[in-house]
Amino acid sequence: MTSLLKHTVAGKPIPLIDGPEKVTGKARYTADLDVCDSLAGRILRSPVSHGEIIRIDVSKAAELEGVCAIITGADCPHTYGVIPIAMNEYPLARDKVRYRGEPVAAVAAVDARTAERALELIQLEIRELPAYYTAADARAPDAVPLHDEKPDNLEREVHNEFGDIAGSFASADRIFSARFDCAEVNHAQMEPHAVLAEYDAERDRLTLQSVSQVPFYVHLMLARCLEMDTSRIRVIKPFVGGGFGARTETLNFELIAGLLARAARGTVMMRLTREETIITHRGRPETQVDLKIGFTRDGRMTAVECEVVQRGGAYAGYGLVTILYAGALLHGLYDIPAVKYDGYRVYANLPPCGAMRGHGTVDVRHAFECLLDRAARELDLDPFALRRANLLDAPSRTLNDLMINSYGLSECLARVEAASGWHERKAAMPPGRGLGMACSHYVSGAAKPVHWTGEPHAVVNLKLDFDGSITVLTGAADIGQGSSTMVTVAAADILGVDVARIRVVANDSAITPKDNGSYSSRVTFMVGNATIEAAKRLREILIDAAATKLDARPEDIECTAETFSVRGGEQSMMSFAEIATAALADSGTITVKGTFTCPPEAQGGKHRGGAVGSTMGFSYAAQVVEVAVDPDTGVVSVEKVWAALDCGFAINPLAVEGQIEGSVWMGMGQALCEETRYANGLPVHAGLLDYRMPTIVESPEIEVHIVESNDPLGPFGAKEAGEGALSGFPPALANAVAQATGLDIDDLPLTPDRITEARIAERRKRRQATNRKASE
Amino acid sequence: MPETTKRIISLTINGTRHEDAISDNLLLVDYLREDKRLTGTKQGCDGGECGACTVLVDGQSRISCITLAASCHGCDIHTIEGQAQNGRLSAVQRAFHEHLGTQCGFCTPGMIMAAEGLLRRSANPDDDEIRAALGGNLCRCTGYVKIIKSVRAAAEALQ
Repeated sequence: MTSLLKHTVAGKPIPLIDGPEKVTGKARYTADLDVCDSLAGRILRSPVSHGEIIRIDVSKAAELEGVCAIITGADCPHTYGVIPIAMNEYPLARDKVRYRGEPVAAVAAVDARTAERALELIQLEIRELPAYYTAADARAPDAVPLHDEKPDNLEREVHNEFGDIAGSFASADRIFSARFDCAEVNHAQMEPHAVLAEYDAERDRLTLQSVSQVPFYVHLMLARCLEMDTSRIRVIKPFVGGGFGARTETLNFELIAGLLARAARGTVMMRLTREETIITHRGRPETQVDLKIGFTRDGRMTAVECEVVQRGGAYAGYGLVTILYAGALLHGLYDIPAVKYDGYRVYANLPPCGAMRGHGTVDVRHAFECLLDRAARELDLDPFALRRANLLDAPSRTLNDLMINSYGLSECLARVEAASGWHERKAAMPPGRGLGMACSHYVSGAAKPVHWTGEPHAVVNLKLDFDGSITVLTGAADIGQGSSTMVTVAAADILGVDVARIRVVANDSAITPKDNGSYSSRVTFMVGNATIEAAKRLREILIDAAATKLDARPEDIECTAETFSVRGGEQSMMSFAEIATAALADSGTITVKGTFTCPPEAQGGKHRGGAVGSTMGFSYAAQVVEVAVDPDTGVVSVEKVWAALDCGFAINPLAVEGQIEGSVWMGMGQALCEETRYANGLPVHAGLLDYRMPTIVESPEIEVHIVESNDPLGPFGAKEAGEGALSGFPPALANAVAQATGLDIDDLPLTPDRITEARIAERRKRRQATNRKASE
Repeated sequence: MPETTKRIISLTINGTRHEDAISDNLLLVDYLREDKRLTGTKQGCDGGECGACTVLVDGQSRISCITLAASCHGCDIHTIEGQAQNGRLSAVQRAFHEHLGTQCGFCTPGMIMAAEGLLRRSANPDDDEIRAALGGNLCRCTGYVKIIKSVRAAAEALQ
């Protein structure tokens, strides 16, 4: 599927097809759904970080007028989770609580105030256990295990080695190493969590509408936890106000709402506060990276050794995938002869971490690109030259058996190097200013889904009916990234019709085909390809009908601009409506299906955990960041960013730009100011003032360069565009700060206090050195 | 549960007159969303932090989640629902749509109302003015690049 095709729609910038709803306020998000007859649901949360539940007495609360249902852990003995082998969370805690804020009971009442009053009447007795807030404390020999089956509080350890590590380090001229500590960060998507659950007691059916990125997984977990047949459940995704990974697994409130609605035999609306939304977490874990890289004198990497410790929070969630990603994506960006990886995912008494944009790679990439820059400095090489000395070839396979089919990194480097005026400007930076650069990459969809059924990885239906309209039926969850626009463009382009002829119906399990969801940047690649296949099937049907009508061979029929004609023929033209009517005359309403299955060679190596990191194609990015650092306060301001990303082919360049800008900016938040903070397990960052993210005032111009390497398997040659640039920002910023301040700071974020501390430490070091010299 | 006193307020919303008996402690955002079912105005935080609920009160942008409805007696309120005229998008709405100033769309109503408030008092704002006027409106999708572009485009369209 190459982009050598003549495109009519694809490749041209087009606004979101659901933009008018969004700018007029007509877009209905979950919290906006009509709730005239619904009950209000509220959750009682654990006041302690770790403890045994001795007693929950709901009798007083149950007596309160207006209370319709109260549920506790006793009402659901089933665990849930996202990885089939690691489901260890209950919708409501049973026996034990493991983090402050964990749900222990829930109430449905006639209104929110009554439900809140009922929560206050629930008596909860908990025997506290020692709680651990750092990975080191949780791993201490005498630590009490959070989960009995993991006595050392290690959720998962990963060890792998590719190539000859000892020999490759021995052949290095120089070896550099450092330890990097990266703070935990949160998605902070703008829409707080919300869910509407309607239980039909007469038919024993449940309809749930939620903020999910993965309605299919929510469907499965509802069936599991409510012990209902999947056919009795319907899951609908309304407009969703952002995700970034916060909603790529079933979340406790979704199951609680389902349980409450059934217990109350009615409809329950639950709107979580921002504080509760942040406590539900699933963000990027606090991560420690120990990294060692060997180089030849001319900057070729000989070997990499990396140890990663992630503080994963109280439950498994996506944890084992995150710790595998951290190692797997050491590969795939550069050509490295030997790589050793040791990963440790640790339980702690904090809200569970999960997947966040750039899942698993960001902190490791930060360490990697910072260390590359330090090496470049010591080896007296330009940072661009050092990266260029280590480029991959395409097609090729990495040491850990990942497939590289297209590789636009070289062009990304050239683009930002030229656009930023790197060489002239880098040398001429005044004091307090710096230019830094870094590279990054990300998967275009995990080639093996977490819930393996053997089905195709994506299915799309197209319907053509009497009105001449084409409806795309897809389970792809548009969460703002524009997947519904992408499928519209793909279908219109193949069919040669106007985008206005196409409607998208998405995410209603009663109507649309199953889709695994919006995560790992899989949608454009997988759903895009499935849409193209479906559209080609429909085109074939229409062309056959046109051939009959125009008395020509199907191979001579052309369809562009909603007109069918015979190639070379002048008078033989028919409108789309005429041909559609002709095609429908044979069969009635036409429904076609397109599917996409990731080829086996894309699905990773045979080693344990080898499926994680496997993908059909990697996006590649390079960026340059210019900063100014205040000499007194240590405040870093980002003056400008130049970012280039190889997305294979930009199906919608406007959306690709938006994705690159958004991901670069999210990387900026993590680099500059974002971090969670806990006081004895209490999140003290649980608001949008205390969880500090950049506002429009601090946000710089981002100059975007789109690079198109034309992936052989991608839809029209496309790959992902929404994650790849994120992980390059923090190291590019740190490298710029290093030039501006003369300081290599190992930690994220680069807040004024960290910069000031590093300055003080540096001054102390220099003073001590001077004193030592003087005393000698 | 303490009962609050009620009072009658009379105001205009998007040009239509309304008279309602409301509790003294009712927030403007709840009055709009719950009582009037004008759910275009969003709530993204627990009070005054994100700007998603921004509306215009007598032409000034105001955070409706920390504004008492009762304090709006006699006021002229404009929300996102009142921006399109005769079914056509307003200049600011069109600019946000065409320039991808909206991605997930959740901050968009507040962002558009804040931009509308700015353009009503300053027809040709520079980037710093735009940044200052939208400084209380958080967005998590766009990196703000295309939001600034949208406001600029709207200002040009209105010239």
